Amino acid sequence: MILTRRTLFARAALTGVAALTPRLAFAAAPGDARFVFIILRGAMDGMTAVMPVGDPAYAPLRGALARPVGEPIPLDATFALHPAMPRFAAMYKASEALVIHAVASPYRERSHFDAQNVLETGGTAAYALKDGWLNRLVTALPESREPAIAIAATVPMVLRGPAPVTSYAPSALPEANDDLLHRVAGLYEQDALLHPLWSEAMDARTLAQGGDGPKSDPAALGKLAAKFLAQPTGPRIAVIELLGWDTHAQQAGRLANQLKQLDAVFGALHDGLGSAWAHTTVLAATEFGRTAAVNGTGGTDHGTGGAAFMAGGAVAGGRVVADWPGLGAAQLYENRDLRPTTDLRSVMLGAAAGSFGVDPARLSGVLFPGGGVKGIAGLMRA
Amino acid sequence: MTAVAPQVAIAVNRFGLGARPDEALPTEPKRWLIEQMAAFDPRPAALASVPTSAAMARQYHESLLMIRDQLVEAKVIPELAAIPPVAGAAADTKVKSPQMELRAELRRAYRASYTALAQGRIAAAVTSPTPFPERLTHFWANHFAVSADKLATIGLAGTLEFEAIRPNLFGHFADLLLAVERHPAMLLYLDQAQSIGPGSALGLRAARRSDRARKVGLNENLAREIMELHTLGVGSGYSQADVQELARALTGWSTGGFVRRGIGMEAPDGVFVFQTDWHEPGTRTLLGVRYPDRSGEQAATMLRALAVHPATARHLATKLVRHFVADDPPPALVDRIAAVHVATGGSLVAVYRALIDAPEAWATTLAKFKSPWDWTVSALRGVGARTADAKQVGALTQLGQPIWRPGSPAGWDDVAASWAAPDAILRRVEVAQRVAAAAPTLDARTLGPRLMPGTWSPTTAAAVAKAASPAQALALLLVAPEFMRR
Repeated sequence: MILTRRTLFARAALTGVAALTPRLAFAAAPGDARFVFIILRGAMDGMTAVMPVGDPAYAPLRGALARPVGEPIPLDATFALHPAMPRFAAMYKASEALVIHAVASPYRERSHFDAQNVLETGGTAAYALKDGWLNRLVTALPESREPAIAIAATVPMVLRGPAPVTSYAPSALPEANDDLLHRVAGLYEQDALLHPLWSEAMDARTLAQGGDGPKSDPAALGKLAAKFLAQPTGPRIAVIELLGWDTHAQQAGRLANQLKQLDAVFGALHDGLGSAWAHTTVLAATEFGRTAAVNGTGGTDHGTGGAAFMAGGAVAGGRVVADWPGLGAAQLYENRDLRPTTDLRSVMLGAAAGSFGVDPARLSGVLFPGGGVKGIAGLMRA
Repeated sequence: MTAVAPQVAIAVNRFGLGARPDEALPTEPKRWLIEQMAAFDPRPAALASVPTSAAMARQYHESLLMIRDQLVEAKVIPELAAIPPVAGAAADTKVKSPQMELRAELRRAYRASYTALAQGRIAAAVTSPTPFPERLTHFWANHFAVSADKLATIGLAGTLEFEAIRPNLFGHFADLLLAVERHPAMLLYLDQAQSIGPGSALGLRAARRSDRARKVGLNENLAREIMELHTLGVGSGYSQADVQELARALTGWSTGGFVRRGIGMEAPDGVFVFQTDWHEPGTRTLLGVRYPDRSGEQAATMLRALAVHPATARHLATKLVRHFVADDPPPALVDRIAAVHVATGGSLVAVYRALIDAPEAWATTLAKFKSPWDWTVSALRGVGARTADAKQVGALTQLGQPIWRPGSPAGWDDVAASWAAPDAILRRVEVAQRVAAAAPTLDARTLGPRLMPGTWSPTTAAAVAKAASPAQALALLLVAPEFMRR
């Protein structure tokens, strides 16, 4: 939906003063870039998603886990993609997708929750920073745009912070009538917490109108995110959360299902963004990898190095970016995990800076105030 | 309203679950709270007929046996791994084998049980005459979160709350801890039920066998979360070596009904068992203390020590104060509550009484933003509801807090930033409209000051008075700023 004077007026009537704030100015946002961050909560096993089949130590470490149902899709001489990800494979073949392997955030313990906090805040230790790196990215972008959006009912840490953010998830509830919504706006006018939230909710509601009805499967989330991002004056940054990656037991079937869902999100974003796909960067990352060896219950335990995915028309794809450390006993981190050789923050920085055409050296201190992070060059098309 | 009104509102809304129009407000708020501890019924009428973990286990076991029979016929090795997680992949398969039909049937039965358990939880909370212990129940269920995501926990998550938490609310923390960690829901959720010591009798037998298909071994998931989430708290000074020592001590803890018989499980369905021949033998060292391997008591002795550890006292005190007082817990109060925990060997009643006695807990600012669960229960209580239906279970999902499905063993966050989000507020308005429409006879103008004595604001009173209909007035009451907080 394109914001016309007419719909802007309707919003102003509904939300009162909020519609007058500058960020709702309907001058077309000059930038075309779209950025989607997919958080894989629970620690995805990177070595099943993208299997280092060329490493002689891999098959013995993994046993049956190294042999998924279906034929792994070769990516290069060393790596093969899990067969549950055909859409991503097609993007890889079209040079619109890449994999980063043996990657990890600076976090080196094994708590999901602390690790996710580091992943999302961009800090070097858990709880050291109070806002998310994507929120700080919004503050660093030059133009006034629609707020970044979380495709969830609540806002994840990575998007929390001073820049305006909204959230939206498909609802199965009957819609409240407009008169009630208008009265609620009045009820919240004096409330410092609720008033701005309500304004954001009304804006997102306007943007989403004309949807296909309530759905909450991952593909539908991808489709919904695409719907927001495809609008010429819509938000430019979105976050999608996928849960369920903590595969301590019976990993083979569960992880295949998870990867299939992730693949569906990539596919839905590609299809739903249409011509905007050419300017899109999708980054999918997890809090840490999993143990190199299979455990006693057909799964893997909390580890260190893992894999991340990038896709989009703006991505210089068709390759696996990895300084592969090897899986021999002497090469493992703490005798158990894939040793990380790439800092996930340098991937985030390279992707974000390349996507929005911002100088990575300038952006580095904003996104990762811990200091010293250099963006990986060449992740994006020039 | 008299001068005491804010204290009444705090007792009812911050410590309780919200007032009901058909119940008198307390006259002595503190005494009202204290007396509820003795009056609490762990198994009230609303929960009398909900499914039990034993019944869930029996159902699972029967399914396993039938699947095995099918597979033996087809000459295929039985492997539970093929049971896919909740939604998605399997649904679009065209032709279903008999085994898949059986699995799908089990999944359907478990989902139905989940809904029955969740409805029971809502009904118990909405009708309870002892809302303070109900709130404590919800607090501990979140502290010991089991997420209904895996097949087994879809049916079992609720039974942990009803069977392990409710009966142990007012003993010592160690009792609660042991009941929870030995419950089948926890043993299965954190993969303890099949963790086998490599040096145990079974582990050694498996190592001698040539085929690696039946590989057995250690799983450290439960041990890690016990230390990180349930007791000491992350960053409190334990190491990876401590986690592994606790994991070794825990080997042998399992439960009947869910585990293949091929590896020697003979326990009755749903019953906790110590499998001696799965247990890693030897003395273990945890936090510098040595624990000899004696008659299956090694891990329990470790847990009793963890339950009264000062780091545990501090971790629990921080969470309790965050829940009852403020998102940023006042350090002085955390110190006091933790000291009570240590001094009393983890007496929960002493800890709760210290909270009730804390002046910080009675500050008149409404510092806590209600979680979706809190808000829904208080709304249903506020309109005098007596029953729960599947729609309300679904509403919690829409509001962002599906019952027993936090998605991780850390449970839900307990701060406003997690819940006060744009879309989440809009959802509350949608739910409020529906709840209000079902209570057409209530007059929000008189109900408001009754539910929120002392905090009912002139702004809300004016909006309610001007509403277009009684139902709209009631919906506005339910989403008023003062009703969103406690």
